[in-house]
Amino acid sequence: MRFPSSPEDRIPPRAGVGLKAEHYRTIIDTAPDIGFFEVHAENYMGPGGPPHRYLSAIRERYPLSLHGVGLSIGADRPLDEDHIERLRLLRQRYRPGLFSEHLAWSTHDTGFLNDLLPVPYTSETLQRVVEHIDQIQTALGCQMLLENPSTYVAFAESTYAETDFIAEVVRRSGCGLLLDVNNVFVASTNQQWDPVAYIEGYPLASVKEIHLAGNDRQADEAGRPLLIDTHDRPVEDAVWYLYELAVRLVGPVPTLIEWDAEVPPWPTLAGEAERAEVIMSANRPEMPRHAVAG
Amino acid sequence: MQSLAERQRSFAAALLDPALPAPAGLVGPDGKSSSRRFAVYRNNVIVGLTQTLKDAYPAVHRIVGSEFFHALARAFVVGALPRSPMLFDYGAGLPDFIDRFEPASVLPYLADVARIERAWIEAYHSAEATPIGPSAFSEIDPDLLPDVSLVLHPSVRIVRSRFPALTIWQMNIDGGVPGPVDLAASGENALVVRPEACVEVRSIPNGSPEFIHALGSGRSVSAAFKEAIAADPTFDLSANLSDLIGAGVVVGFAFAQEPLRT
Repeated sequence: MRFPSSPEDRIPPRAGVGLKAEHYRTIIDTAPDIGFFEVHAENYMGPGGPPHRYLSAIRERYPLSLHGVGLSIGADRPLDEDHIERLRLLRQRYRPGLFSEHLAWSTHDTGFLNDLLPVPYTSETLQRVVEHIDQIQTALGCQMLLENPSTYVAFAESTYAETDFIAEVVRRSGCGLLLDVNNVFVASTNQQWDPVAYIEGYPLASVKEIHLAGNDRQADEAGRPLLIDTHDRPVEDAVWYLYELAVRLVGPVPTLIEWDAEVPPWPTLAGEAERAEVIMSANRPEMPRHAVAG
Repeated sequence: MQSLAERQRSFAAALLDPALPAPAGLVGPDGKSSSRRFAVYRNNVIVGLTQTLKDAYPAVHRIVGSEFFHALARAFVVGALPRSPMLFDYGAGLPDFIDRFEPASVLPYLADVARIERAWIEAYHSAEATPIGPSAFSEIDPDLLPDVSLVLHPSVRIVRSRFPALTIWQMNIDGGVPGPVDLAASGENALVVRPEACVEVRSIPNGSPEFIHALGSGRSVSAAFKEAIAADPTFDLSANLSDLIGAGVVVGFAFAQEPLRT
């Protein structure tokens, strides 16, 4: 499926940051030079009030990306159509240049579980995820980006490698991808995969956005490292290294710093975004060797 | 191989019940079950929703302290997960839960403080509307005033308490200074409204809650006045009307059988 996108809403290949209420005033008052802002869709689904007032004012000045955390695409049950409709209205109101969601589930009989829970990589899950993405893209009239998860366990019943599973979702649904490099590092460490091979094996041609964030290092009962995707601190060096690799392979692409807990003062957050821009401008995609004059 | 539905059923059940073992087949890199790894998900659910409640009920958190609040939140969360992913609306049931939460019974005013915080959050996210000023109101023919019904701002909330809950709330928000409070002193009524960008919370006199409730349900000014005077014979109609308009509570008015004017 192909969708038209409006050029004036397009997000430039620059660094952006997750918009936090703590920074609303600073952004309005100082108009910082930042590529774009991204918001969690669910935080702006109330009828009115300051969140909409600030987001409207900020949207007038900056490109916006919309990131959902509640669709539960990997769930065994039908999607919540009311929620899709809320997303549609939000997109209509704020015209985000990108819309992304997670390869995860979060809703069950008891309610919304408020975590991005992992899915087994089986053909049953694959079919379910593809149907859901198709339903979302049709209802919203846009391509969505699917984000790779950070995981703490693997499923004994999985029959696909994660990157193969995601590649197949892309092939069947026509969705784009959000490459979360911190999630690559967290999942690869926890599952003892090679993160470089993960990125090289990811369907990079479909990557339209990158996420970067901080994580917390713990250990499991066998003393193996267990990284937790916390979004509460700076991006670590290993993740910056993997980001550099990704940028060399993909080219400059909208890159978001996610910092959702223990939110730092604005200059700290802006500093992380600046670091991503420096890496983007220093690492143009590798040219094919025969094209290099010599 | 178990189906996706079976897998998610057992996963969800074990998430919220620490007495259950981690579901079989959730493994670490050696292919063996790992309860420590599953515990990350258990922890995320409780910690995330506790943080949501803490953000929504900061004064309650400050009054009871972190340890008590976490115990309260855990007890609430496992019995009342969010019904939707819109977490700004989570926790509406916490004030009533506090009323039933035995360890909180030594703080009989706590549930009412929570009701003020809930009213604040609801007002913060409620729909926009433009309050009418005193001049728009003064155009009404005084003879017709009793038959007028008022349209209230969608953010208007009233909290009535047998305790000085408003005073206690004010002492425990950002910048507040906790001090001695005479719990036997008379109760307080709080009016919560967000006329523009800021939520405003103020004390209102006896009779005023009944007056505002009646107006909010579409009764005329004279009918609402009757309710107010029944609650408090000293209720002052013109002072109350002028306070409500000054507070930005009124966004329009209508005469019986007439379309709304806003």
